[in-house]
Amino acid sequence: MALDSKTPKGPIADKWTNYKNKIDLVNPANKRNIDVIVVGTGLAGGSAAATLAELGYNVKAFCFQDSPRRAHSIAAQGGINAAKNYQGDGDSTYRLFYDTVKGGDYRSREANVYRLAEVSANIIDQCVAQGVPFAREYGGLLDNRSFGGVLVSRTFYAAGQTGQQLLLGAYSAMNRQIGRGKIKMYNRHEMLDVVKVDGKARGIITRNLITGEIERHSAHAVVLGTGGYGNVFFLSTNAMGSNVTAAWKAHKRGAYFANPCYTQIHPTCIPVSGDHQSKLTLMSESLRNDGRIWVPKNMKDVEAIRNKTLKPTQIAEEDRDYYLERRYPAFGNLVPRDVASRAAKERCDAGYGVNATGEAVYLDFASAIERYGKEQAHIKGLNENDAVLVKKLGQEVVKNKYGNLFQMYEKIVDENPYETPMMIYPAVHYTMGGVWVDYNLMTTVPGLYCIGEANFSDHGANRLGASALMQGLADGYFVLPYTIGDYLSDDIRTGAISTETKEFEEAEKEVRAKIDFFINNEGSHSVDYFHKKLGKIMWNKVGMSRNVKGLTEAIQEIKALREQFWKEVKVPGVNDELNEELAKAGRVADFLELGELFAKDALNREESCGGHFREDSVELDGEQKGEALRNDEDFAYVAAWEYKGEPSDAILHKENLEFNDIELKQRSYK
Amino acid sequence: MSGILNSSIGRKFAMALSALFLMFFLLQHFAINILSVFSPETFNSTSHFMGTFPLVQYVLQPVLIFGVIFHFVMGFVLEIRNNKARQVSYAKNNGGANSTWMSRNMIWSGLAILAFVGLHFYDFWFPEINTKFIEGDMTGLIDPDNAQSGFRYFEELQHKFESHVRTIIYVIAFVFLALHLLHGFNSAFQSVGANNKYTKGLKNFGKLYAIIIPLGFIFIALFHHLKHVLS
Amino acid sequence: MNLTLKIWRQKNASDKGKLVDYKISDVSPDMSFLEMLDVLNEQLINTGDEPVAFDHDCREGICGMCSLYINGEAHGPDRGVTTCQLHMRMFKDGDTIFIEPFRAKAFPVIKDLVVDRSSFDRIQHAGGFISVNTSGNTIDANAIPVNKADADEAFEAATCIGCGACVATCKNSSAMLFVGAKVSQFALLPQGKVEATDRVLNMVKQMDEEGFGNCTNTGACEVECPKGISLENIARMNREYLKASLKG
Repeated sequence: MALDSKTPKGPIADKWTNYKNKIDLVNPANKRNIDVIVVGTGLAGGSAAATLAELGYNVKAFCFQDSPRRAHSIAAQGGINAAKNYQGDGDSTYRLFYDTVKGGDYRSREANVYRLAEVSANIIDQCVAQGVPFAREYGGLLDNRSFGGVLVSRTFYAAGQTGQQLLLGAYSAMNRQIGRGKIKMYNRHEMLDVVKVDGKARGIITRNLITGEIERHSAHAVVLGTGGYGNVFFLSTNAMGSNVTAAWKAHKRGAYFANPCYTQIHPTCIPVSGDHQSKLTLMSESLRNDGRIWVPKNMKDVEAIRNKTLKPTQIAEEDRDYYLERRYPAFGNLVPRDVASRAAKERCDAGYGVNATGEAVYLDFASAIERYGKEQAHIKGLNENDAVLVKKLGQEVVKNKYGNLFQMYEKIVDENPYETPMMIYPAVHYTMGGVWVDYNLMTTVPGLYCIGEANFSDHGANRLGASALMQGLADGYFVLPYTIGDYLSDDIRTGAISTETKEFEEAEKEVRAKIDFFINNEGSHSVDYFHKKLGKIMWNKVGMSRNVKGLTEAIQEIKALREQFWKEVKVPGVNDELNEELAKAGRVADFLELGELFAKDALNREESCGGHFREDSVELDGEQKGEALRNDEDFAYVAAWEYKGEPSDAILHKENLEFNDIELKQRSYK
Repeated sequence: MSGILNSSIGRKFAMALSALFLMFFLLQHFAINILSVFSPETFNSTSHFMGTFPLVQYVLQPVLIFGVIFHFVMGFVLEIRNNKARQVSYAKNNGGANSTWMSRNMIWSGLAILAFVGLHFYDFWFPEINTKFIEGDMTGLIDPDNAQSGFRYFEELQHKFESHVRTIIYVIAFVFLALHLLHGFNSAFQSVGANNKYTKGLKNFGKLYAIIIPLGFIFIALFHHLKHVLS
Repeated sequence: MNLTLKIWRQKNASDKGKLVDYKISDVSPDMSFLEMLDVLNEQLINTGDEPVAFDHDCREGICGMCSLYINGEAHGPDRGVTTCQLHMRMFKDGDTIFIEPFRAKAFPVIKDLVVDRSSFDRIQHAGGFISVNTSGNTIDANAIPVNKADADEAFEAATCIGCGACVATCKNSSAMLFVGAKVSQFALLPQGKVEATDRVLNMVKQMDEEGFGNCTNTGACEVECPKGISLENIARMNREYLKASLKG
């Protein structure tokens, strides 16, 4: 069955405007009678909750953290893209649209991406009006930087914590509505099911994480802004609490799950230090602007480094393999995230990893320090050949640019990155896949919407740097509040939705049964035991580089692990108090199902595109030999999976992607 | 404006204003007392002027007393409220890691100063009030009936510092005063929101003030005491 | 290394609670403090005990969820870090470590080391925003230039992660650094000046109602703040408040 994306007709540049002009609206008096549930309070959920409340709907917002301000959007460092063209360097809505589609390796829906680019400029206006303190130039105007290898400077930023500042902006907009009584905020509540009445999403079941109380909440529509599922890998740059449960429950209630295998593995993270590791820390991509990535050329040097008998700084220039510069002379260290990550894995798999675990490469700032030092010496009229002086001056420049990152690295690794190269390794960072939504951001369940990272829509198979924040806020502030009105206009006479119906009762019963099972199961292994095992399978067989054998094995292993989990999981404590293990058990149970679907999707997609790399789909000869090969003829579609019980029974539905405004091309960074 | 004294910041502001006033008074008090070291005559005449000039006696003195009482009462009110803000205390607290002893113990240095003020009133202020307003002797003379007997102030001062115990108590009290001022001076400016290009200089001045003034008082006390012991 | 942990255990808000001793061995200096607690919890689960509840989420020092009063200091002995960024190399083999919840009347304990910081949220509801509609139909972002120094200072104030270390550290459990930072961020920006009077009055009023103590300028909050928020923000709030009181 082909999916209907409900994309409006007409030229791409006019679609959104024409569509907005024609959709049904709800009059202000009627909005007062309509309730909307928003789950998740990150950039997408927070901005949606605030805007819906401001429009006049009664909003109930939910988050599992102790405050909406703590959603993981807060951790985004780099910035937010917007086609403002403040720098006059030729940026435009079209160019941002083009870059995003191309960066996504031509696996996203054109109309959605264009709309995203179109509203991007408005996001900046909105945030500035809210008091978000973006970086400014001396003239008092907003500063921009270029990010992720694009050709224009369109990234707005607030030092290294743009995500936090934007989230606090959305949070402050929410606070205003909470103060006015238009948003009822439920902190420390976890959504455990979606309730459908007559085929429409009409509410959710939640658990109060402090009291354990199972609650029913009804509404005329439900919006999920619950983020990505990178934690299926156990180790990722996601927050410890980030989970797929809300999206997965929606999937089980009929929402198709699209492209689960599209995962972004970020190349510059701090390597794993041991089995105790609980999460991975990202170092901003901007480091690759000045750092050079290398491993030793000779195996004996690698061994000496691992034995700590040799320091990296003692390895001569000619004995170093700057593999990105070698393989991709045109882009060098600035190749896109997926390419850089795979290249690091390739070297480490070949045995050249530089730390005890063999999973680290060097990111070296010595050349940059020398280059900047000489430049400064020249500017100041000092001796450019004085190595000590040059180093000192160079270190100052590097400190100004990346000081906070260097400090963070030193705190974690206990090495001084000004003196010795940093060690980095790729880590799971963002999931482009997610709940399938149409142009209105509605899932295949009527009245159930999905926004932000939780949906699949805008980034295709690979996301560009500084685009996640843009998408979350675009969905929440400017897209969903319009499109949801079109659906809710039919509900003005419905009246309040009762929670005393058999649908709510049944959903609650199911939730309770699962909790009772966990509490009463006499298991032998902790939840983390299973989560770590799942993570290992995912990382080794469904990670950066995938093949038929590994994926087939992964599917079997995850299935077996899931069965073991349901027999042997051990959850201490009781339900009616704060019990983190219980909350984790429910989340890992869902990851164990998602993981299998993820592998199944990766197996189905017999092409390499963006973050999804299939070893059997590479260029066989020519200059691009060994590089990822996309197959547009057979795979230019969104793979949306329908739940049918076991993940292995999921049914594939295809949404064919049409590219009318952009010509499909194979990416090349040589 | 109404209710400002009920707000946390308003109370701090009031606390700071009374503190600034008291610090100014202290400076004035010191300036007069130090005269006793250099010139008993000037000390006597200044003391007599202060003790009999109506503006000082009937306006400034009540204001001062009000200031002292206000500062103490407000200090207690704040302390009680602050104690209530943490009902279970830490089993282990390493306050020294992030703040000075002075800043954490203003209530104790303040109480020590309060006790001293009691003694000081007993030593000087009550007898003074007694002489002037109960006995009605406004002459300031050692012998009110003898105009040639000279002013009594210097002599009374010397007499008080004959005692070892009193001198030691005074010295200790001045140490507490220094501790109180070392935090209090700059704290008062912070509370009224002062923050400009002079702040840094003011901070250094505050430290100097907090050390020099009490040290000066100690010097005066020891000077008179040693003069008595050595003579 | 081997450590003795003295951890506050409290079943729920009404339980009295007490310090309980735990031994933990083979702690790697590369572990973060919370990873060390993960290892302890895994041990406790395997021996059939209940794990220690503590708040945490991003584990990279930005979400503000983690707390803990470690050896008498909020977020432990290191500077400029949250507990999740504190590493075990700050401790020595054989150390005894006290681990207590952030304590304040306005931060009641929920369980073990988990406290309720919703008082911070309520202060924000009272005025921690600029009343602008989220329609996007505002003026162009560059229509109001902001002096770079002011913008930078507003940003510095805005880096507060709302963890509550300032309250936990303050001998008076005062929330003035937190409130001062928010008031300052908006007071420094032209967009925020319009509502400055009401904002500071309302936020301070709510702060007082929540039962936080008073600022006595010890400066401990600034030292323990993982983001280094400056005391100047409190001075600025005092000024804003006094100005607003005189006006209002």
